[in-house]
Amino acid sequence: MKNRLKVLRAERDWTQARLAAELGVSRQTINAIEKGKFDPSLPLAFKAARLFELSIEDIFQDEAVS
Amino acid sequence: MNDQKAKPSDWASSNRTNTIRLRNWTGAWLVTMAVATFGPLLVWPANKLLTILAITTNLLIGFGMIVANKRHLKGLDEMHQKIQLEAMALSLGIGLVVGLSYSLLDTTNIILSDAEISHLVILMGLTYLAAVFAGLKRYR
Repeated sequence: MKNRLKVLRAERDWTQARLAAELGVSRQTINAIEKGKFDPSLPLAFKAARLFELSIEDIFQDEAVS
Repeated sequence: MNDQKAKPSDWASSNRTNTIRLRNWTGAWLVTMAVATFGPLLVWPANKLLTILAITTNLLIGFGMIVANKRHLKGLDEMHQKIQLEAMALSLGIGLVVGLSYSLLDTTNIILSDAEISHLVILMGLTYLAAVFAGLKRYR
């Protein structure tokens, strides 16, 4: 699954640690999600969507579809 | 959103608290295990009451350690929970399969020495550690 977390984070000039604190996860988890090594759960994806005021589809894209 | 100040992570602080709590319970369990093991040998030989008290204390603190470990696991984020789950599955599986084969080797007298439970604990511990490190490396 692809995602735009890194871009969205950079637009706000946030560090991985800052985003991790906002989402209530570890910095390592943010790093793994950004690199596409770990797919977040639906609740975490919703949390990210709420944080960035976007829809889940605006942040996460299914590679099989796109 | 840029002007928002970094807020302290509730997750990080509660995770730290859970880790410290688990460390304390594990330390207490280890100490009481040492007391229950070496006390009857070196400090109070032939005093069964003290031995039973030491073993009971160790058992009760062991239950506390289990609860602390469960809380610690529940407090982890989803990626670390997954890493822990995979590591525990691997260590439990290897412990069961290798442990029973090891026991069979002993009961069928294929090996001359007795199958010690401490060997199983060491195997499970090392498997768990290796699996956690492998999981952390995989998601790095």
